[in-house]
Amino acid sequence: MLCLSVVTMTTEVGSETEVKKDSEQLGPDKAKDKPEEASETPENQKSKEASSEEAQDSSLPEPTSQSSPSSQKKQKASPESKGISRFLPPWLKKQKSYTLAEPKDEPKKKATGEEQVIEESESQTPEGVAQPRKSLEEAAENHHNAKADDKEKQSVSSAETPQLVKEDGKEMEVEKVAEKKEENEEEKEKRETKEVQTAEIKTDDIPQKSPKKIKTVQCKVMLLDGTEYSCDLEKRAKGQVLFDKVCEHLNLLEKDYFGLLFYETSEQKNWLDPSKEIKRQIRSLPWIFTFNVKFYPPDPSQLTEDITRYFLCLQLRQDIVSGRLPCSFVTHALLGSYTLQAELGDHDPEEHRRDYISEFQFAPNQTQEMEEKVAELHKTHRGLTPAQADSQFLENAKRLSMYGVDLHHAKDSEGVDIMLGVCANGLLIYKDRLRINRFAWPKILKISYKRSNFYIKVRPAELEQFESTIGFKLPNHRAAKRLWKVCVEHHTFFRLVSPEQPPKAKFLTLGSKFRYSGRTQAQTRQASNLIDRPAPYFERTSSKRVSRSLDGAPMGISDQSLRDFSATGGQAAGDKIIDTEAAGQANLKEGGREDGSPVKTPQLELTQDGKSLEEEITSILFSKEGFGASTRGPFAAASPGPAEGAAGEQTGASAAAAPPPQRHASRAEGPCTGVSNADKSSHETLDIVEEKKQAEFGIEETVVVDETNKGKMQVATDAGETCKVEHLSKKDSSSLPSDSSSSSSSSESEDEEVGEYQPHHRAIEEVIREEQEEEEDMKRKEHEEKIQHVEATPEGSKLNVPVEHTQVTAEDLVQKNTVTVATEEKKLSEEVKQDLGQEKEEEQLKLNGDVSHVDIDVAPQLICCSEPPVVKTEMVTISDATQRTEISTKEIPIVQTETKTITYESSQLDGSAGGDAGMLVSAQTITSESVSTTTTTHITKMVKGGVSETRIEKRIVITGDADIDHDEALAQAIKEAKEQHPDMSVTRVVVHKETEIAEEDEE
Amino acid sequence: MAGLGGGPAAFGRCTHAVVRALPESLCRQALRRSAGPEVDFARAEREHQLYVGVLRGKLGLQVLELPADESLPDCVFVEDVAVVCEETALLTRPGAPSRRKEVEAMKRVLESLNLNIVEMVDENATLDGGDVLFTGREFFVGLSRRTNQRGAEILADTFKDYAVSTVPVHDSLHLKGFCSMAGPNLIAIGSSEAAQKALKTMQQMSDHRYDKLTVPDDAAANCMYLNIPSKGHVLLHRAPEEYPESAKVFEKLKDHMLIPIANTELEKVDGSLTCCAVLINKASEL
Repeated sequence: MLCLSVVTMTTEVGSETEVKKDSEQLGPDKAKDKPEEASETPENQKSKEASSEEAQDSSLPEPTSQSSPSSQKKQKASPESKGISRFLPPWLKKQKSYTLAEPKDEPKKKATGEEQVIEESESQTPEGVAQPRKSLEEAAENHHNAKADDKEKQSVSSAETPQLVKEDGKEMEVEKVAEKKEENEEEKEKRETKEVQTAEIKTDDIPQKSPKKIKTVQCKVMLLDGTEYSCDLEKRAKGQVLFDKVCEHLNLLEKDYFGLLFYETSEQKNWLDPSKEIKRQIRSLPWIFTFNVKFYPPDPSQLTEDITRYFLCLQLRQDIVSGRLPCSFVTHALLGSYTLQAELGDHDPEEHRRDYISEFQFAPNQTQEMEEKVAELHKTHRGLTPAQADSQFLENAKRLSMYGVDLHHAKDSEGVDIMLGVCANGLLIYKDRLRINRFAWPKILKISYKRSNFYIKVRPAELEQFESTIGFKLPNHRAAKRLWKVCVEHHTFFRLVSPEQPPKAKFLTLGSKFRYSGRTQAQTRQASNLIDRPAPYFERTSSKRVSRSLDGAPMGISDQSLRDFSATGGQAAGDKIIDTEAAGQANLKEGGREDGSPVKTPQLELTQDGKSLEEEITSILFSKEGFGASTRGPFAAASPGPAEGAAGEQTGASAAAAPPPQRHASRAEGPCTGVSNADKSSHETLDIVEEKKQAEFGIEETVVVDETNKGKMQVATDAGETCKVEHLSKKDSSSLPSDSSSSSSSSESEDEEVGEYQPHHRAIEEVIREEQEEEEDMKRKEHEEKIQHVEATPEGSKLNVPVEHTQVTAEDLVQKNTVTVATEEKKLSEEVKQDLGQEKEEEQLKLNGDVSHVDIDVAPQLICCSEPPVVKTEMVTISDATQRTEISTKEIPIVQTETKTITYESSQLDGSAGGDAGMLVSAQTITSESVSTTTTTHITKMVKGGVSETRIEKRIVITGDADIDHDEALAQAIKEAKEQHPDMSVTRVVVHKETEIAEEDEE
Repeated sequence: MAGLGGGPAAFGRCTHAVVRALPESLCRQALRRSAGPEVDFARAEREHQLYVGVLRGKLGLQVLELPADESLPDCVFVEDVAVVCEETALLTRPGAPSRRKEVEAMKRVLESLNLNIVEMVDENATLDGGDVLFTGREFFVGLSRRTNQRGAEILADTFKDYAVSTVPVHDSLHLKGFCSMAGPNLIAIGSSEAAQKALKTMQQMSDHRYDKLTVPDDAAANCMYLNIPSKGHVLLHRAPEEYPESAKVFEKLKDHMLIPIANTELEKVDGSLTCCAVLINKASEL
């Protein structure tokens, strides 16, 4: 869940107090709001209930769906009766209940706790992925310690490995425990969810939970040997649980090279993210996966166990037969002969007559001639053991040029069809079969995607001064995101010593939070060095299976429609736009240059973009509506697999769906808003707002975000100033309007799903040194430093640049970044003020986006520091440049929930801080609810010393599923808030993100 | 079994060489990029005989010598009409129309060696073997006036095991006009801007890091590396009389058996050392 409170004030509002309020406000405000909502709420909830699970996928609010029906009913029934007083106590109760509950869980938790810690440390992704787990699994008590550990481990990175190994051993044992944990998690999640919505409900639910729980889903996993493994999984199980089960079934210890695939359609395959719940990733019902090699070890001989090599062989045989791994006739024959040797042993003239080979498939087009050659070669391998034959097989296969290359269709900037290949060493560009370019990881500064575009920012070549950004067009944004994820994972796995921290509290961030959370190759090697067990016995089955189609059943027919949808949205911009976008991005973010030509003034482009933005926005809105309609159909029908799959998979869809509701709501409220406005420009605002969505002068918008994030974030923004929360992206949401925003570098993220990944090159030093690019790096750093200075100057657009650089350089720079950000914001705000009107809005977005970028980058680290001991609560305040730069942490008294609060306060706040109470002239609260969001607007008009101040607080609660792009929804909400009150300034944005730990309801 | 050429260790192995005698028409009709002194046919023949003599006599290769064809003035440059890698031979479609018929004789001789033969039949494709640099790990194909993208694609299709990267070639007839392999992992490269630029491209495109041997003269960067079981690393390079500075660089290769070869006459018509032979490693039949 994400709670977004946007405070818009003409004058100012008390700063610190408010922050606290915001955090607490959830309860009280809701209570206040409820009465008014009452009329609307029931309907929405009903619909929600009906759609229930399926709804989750889409943008429907998760909390609601999660909370048991009964609880919902309660809400409906007694909305009015719930007073503030009621709500407040529940929080306290909550804590108590928690504490009570904890003791029971403690033993388990401890066990799990260890594991978790270990895992986390191993993976070194403490935040993003790990956090949810932690919150869920770890007791609040453990939490603090655990984090501390993580940090240490992270810093040490390489040193950690030994521990990892130990852990490995433990892992199997612990697995069972882990399952238990998850159960616990469920409970917790339930609680948390409830917390977000209403404290009371929680208390009620707790008793209910115990009886329920275990809902299982059957999973089928197609194994590499063609057999099928099936098991029942708890519905809320994370991918890791299934993966671990499969590996256990396979007796596989070196499992980091492998993964589980599921198919969105017959062609679109996705890797199951171990750190996320399965049901959030795969929407259609039969849960069918294929167990595959995810990271092809460049040197299979370094694998520790034969069994691991065996599975790799099986994978490669599939790859070869399917044609994914092309090889020459001779190589087909040679590899085939090793396969025979491994599976049949020495050639036996008696037993092995002519057709013994025909049972095997060695190549896509197997000829008689080839079989003869295979047989001939088979004879020469006499004496090789199966393991030796496998090794020989791998020694030859690994030299194939397409070994381990994951290909993705794309077009270059000129619309020419190309293929992008992701491999251990970097990114390869193919045109037809020819390699036309290659970007080694060390050469890539940043990987990002926006909509259906995929970008890489590359270090300057020797004689060039600037980095260049190269854009590729993928078939749709899901494809772009998929490619981006694969790149992030490969980079991390092969290039880094330890995984990178995922961007943490991203709310201000744009883009996907996704990071690779597993072990890196370096880590897994170290770990496997410690494997100490007799070589496991395993049977090599016949390769006949190879001929079998291993593809999972196509899932989610509806997906396509969704996809098309998203694709169309993206395409609206057109290829040209894309190009411009690329250029724009380069300019904006990097001060950039495309193809080496430095472009430093993005402004022109920006304006263009702005226009396009609007257009896009419109189109998007339309699409969203359409989308929503389409989606609902299936849901209502409660159609089983496919429909769900479609809805679910298409995060984008859901995301898209989410925003619209808000808008609708806002429209409804529009009239009310008129009430009190800031002295300044409310009028203008109104007009604008009406055009778009009628102005709401809501006071608080709570954006409820997703389960994915599982965190509640409150963002207080000043509408006026523009802090935009662009959010990023997590999933595919193309919903946000902004492509156009290419203009805003930052904005990229907002709209659709955007993802950025900046490889921290803390990679293995050896590797780096080997690379030529070393020298370049040095140069680059210098360059970067310079750039940073430049950035300091007031251009909104440039802001991003600094951040990026910093990231690249070092973590130490964090502080600097923060400062920069602040400055930048100023600039931004200034700019914003200057431009009024639509353009202004757009620009703001941009600006905001930029800011958010900064936040993202910076935030994670900061947050780490700020985390309070027991409670997982984080509050980071980033104040304007005007104010001192401060980052403060606050504890929020929510125990069970994993909560992150990020506050952005503009300089305007200052006044209020000092503030006299003033006189309250009027106050109004308006609540609206849509499918996935609940918007509460609170308008207060005060007169202080002759100055009238109108303060609008909007609380937007976004409820949704993992796949909902909360960030995006958030960004959208903030944007809308700004749009609605252009004349006002945003004084604070508080994002409160609450990870729901248990999602209870099912269907 | 040697898969994929038996790996880098086997790079340069060769048992057979196909060469072709030079026709007298070469002197006047051979294609040349720029006008220059006329070829002294007698001397050219002498140099060529020496060259063949080294391959046959000194290195013990089985040399298959095709007769000259007066109607094909460039027929001595056999390298351009066939690319042989392991057991597979790609008969090219030379960029110069006047040379297309050279392929026929080559085809016959390669067939006699039992190689898997692939012919480039696509009329949009052109490829000169001189633009193909095989490093033992991958192919680089120069996109020159003689070789186009389509030709490179067909080469990639023919040798599926290997990565095939394209390299734009300027200021040179062929990619191998300024570079060649001087060892299993060693690229000899000329000093000209064009050569250095091409090298950079190759380095960027490759997952592998090659050592480089930079010689002052582009023409001298074309040398012939062979790995002969009884002799180890063998390198045929341009004679000190021709390129003294470059020869000094080669002489620093201590592990190589160096064989200076003069190629003054054929160079006038853009001939190089590698141009005049197709090397084949025919694994002994089991």
